[in-house]
Amino acid sequence: MNDQSSAAPTDGSSERQAATLEFREATKRYEGQTEPAVDSLSLEVPAGEICVLVGPSGCGKTTAMRLVNRMIDLTDGDILLDGSSVTERKPAELRREIGYAIQQIGLFPHLTIADNIATVPRLLDWSKERIRARVDELLELVSLDPAETRDRYPGQLSGGQRQRVGVARALAVDPPLMLMDEPFGAIDPINRERLQNEFLRLQQEIRKTIVFVTHDIDEAIKMGDKIAILRKGGKLAQFATPAELLMYPASKFVEDFVGSDRALKRLALQRVRDIDLWKAAKVRVGEPAGEARAKIADSDLPMALLVDDQERPLGWLSDRAFSGERVERDIRSPADPVVELDDILRDALADLLTSETRYGPVVDGSGRVAGVLSLEVIGGFLHEAPIEARSGAELVEES
Amino acid sequence: MTFDLIAQSGDFFQERSGSGCVAENGFCPDWIADNYDRYVTPFFEHVLLTVVPVGIGFAIAFTLALLAHRRQWLIGPITGVTGALYTIPSVAFFFLLQPLTGLGNTTAIVALTCYTLLIIFRNVITGLRSVPAEAKDAARGMGLTENQMLLRVELPLAVPELLAGLRIATTTTVGLAALAFLAGAGGLGAELDRLPSFKSNVVVAGGLSVLLAAVLDLMILTVQRLVTPWERASA
Repeated sequence: MNDQSSAAPTDGSSERQAATLEFREATKRYEGQTEPAVDSLSLEVPAGEICVLVGPSGCGKTTAMRLVNRMIDLTDGDILLDGSSVTERKPAELRREIGYAIQQIGLFPHLTIADNIATVPRLLDWSKERIRARVDELLELVSLDPAETRDRYPGQLSGGQRQRVGVARALAVDPPLMLMDEPFGAIDPINRERLQNEFLRLQQEIRKTIVFVTHDIDEAIKMGDKIAILRKGGKLAQFATPAELLMYPASKFVEDFVGSDRALKRLALQRVRDIDLWKAAKVRVGEPAGEARAKIADSDLPMALLVDDQERPLGWLSDRAFSGERVERDIRSPADPVVELDDILRDALADLLTSETRYGPVVDGSGRVAGVLSLEVIGGFLHEAPIEARSGAELVEES
Repeated sequence: MTFDLIAQSGDFFQERSGSGCVAENGFCPDWIADNYDRYVTPFFEHVLLTVVPVGIGFAIAFTLALLAHRRQWLIGPITGVTGALYTIPSVAFFFLLQPLTGLGNTTAIVALTCYTLLIIFRNVITGLRSVPAEAKDAARGMGLTENQMLLRVELPLAVPELLAGLRIATTTTVGLAALAFLAGAGGLGAELDRLPSFKSNVVVAGGLSVLLAAVLDLMILTVQRLVTPWERASA
């Protein structure tokens, strides 16, 4: 697992690679407490992936994270960063190589945004020019205007802006590993969603190894490449990808923690293009009725979809459309809702339910019909895994 | 001691005889204009009696506060001792010190210094405690050592509280220094005591003392505003 080692940066522009991280029976026991805070935690985080530590309060997720940069010292076991033990490093030096972002952000109120971000570069004696360039680069990376933000104080920024600065500061020296403790926890739901999306986009670019702590399973599912669910006493309940976790919860505890709406959560992980759609009978006005009927017989629906020359959906045809020699424009219902291949399955289902229909045409990027999404298709997708069926009413309530 | 002072003030009486306003112990602008140079030396003595004790007191209390910051158990004992010093009446303090330091500036400065310790110590400790926990956590998490954290995060953030303490200590000391003549040191108190019933004298000596307190206070306030720009920056 040590094939990817972090290369030291030779200059400001060279990107450092991500590091691998391995917990090896990592244990933290506090004196006078019978239960360990973290109990023989073993898991591997490949370079460049987000590993979410999630669990109820008191499950030791933050403790586990803080063991990595030695904010808390291990009692037993080991943690390997790029194959070498963190216990052999001087804590302060180790921490300078690991990005650190916390819920309360902890910006220094007496320093400007630029000086806040420059904290670790200064500790590492970067030149002034390099620091200035890096600060501006980072501010742009987190979607803040450098000229406007650089010289302000944290007290002058909004919560969301401060959070972005916190992330920029954590990324200052391009650390191969980032620790993030509920970084979006104190932000209102709308801005949180935005910051999450922004961060995922950012991660596409920077590809850091990230340990992300949260108590929110939805956030875990959204952010994590892998999710480690911890339970009280610091025990690992399950370590899996979000999809695995939702399909095959390893225990009653995980099942409960993931929530009774985990089928819906699975839908949130898939796009319409990921599932097998129904085949549609695409019919044009003026087409021979016989050919059109053959198309219907070949499709998965007992009716035809009227399309225009560019194969864009116009509506569902009634039986009367086929009474003559050629197909006539006799629409029984509009082609609502039109679903896109890139839509999240959960949103597509919501569209169907909102339109009070059982199916809707699916179009590709250029608007051409690619198939039909139906409640049955979604049901079938969910049924592939042992997940109990739910009524439509429940789904509407949950979404 | 007081007897000496009264004897010294003989020339004062002589010069005052004759003029009506002065003879009546009134408020006499003319007399003040003629005699203001009498107050120059006492004024600067007073400045000295304020600045030196506050300076030494700051050095001691600041050092003690840094020590206690690392070893929290020291806070109680240090507060106790400096608090006890603070409660000693100044006159008693001067007399208690006399066998050790005799009459003069040293006695006054030692006593006045002792009075500043509690205020400055407490304010530095309060300032250091007011540093947000998350800022300290972030600092540690980013790899600042204890000393770097103290210098770059804790002390700068403690500055407003620290200077607030310094302001209280300074104003208090200006007031207390007016009693330093009891220890045989000069200052405006000595002038005040020389002719306590002569309004002109009381107004000038007392006024200068108040003015000194106000000016020093304003100076520290200005410094505080200059070194804490983040406090005034608003969204």
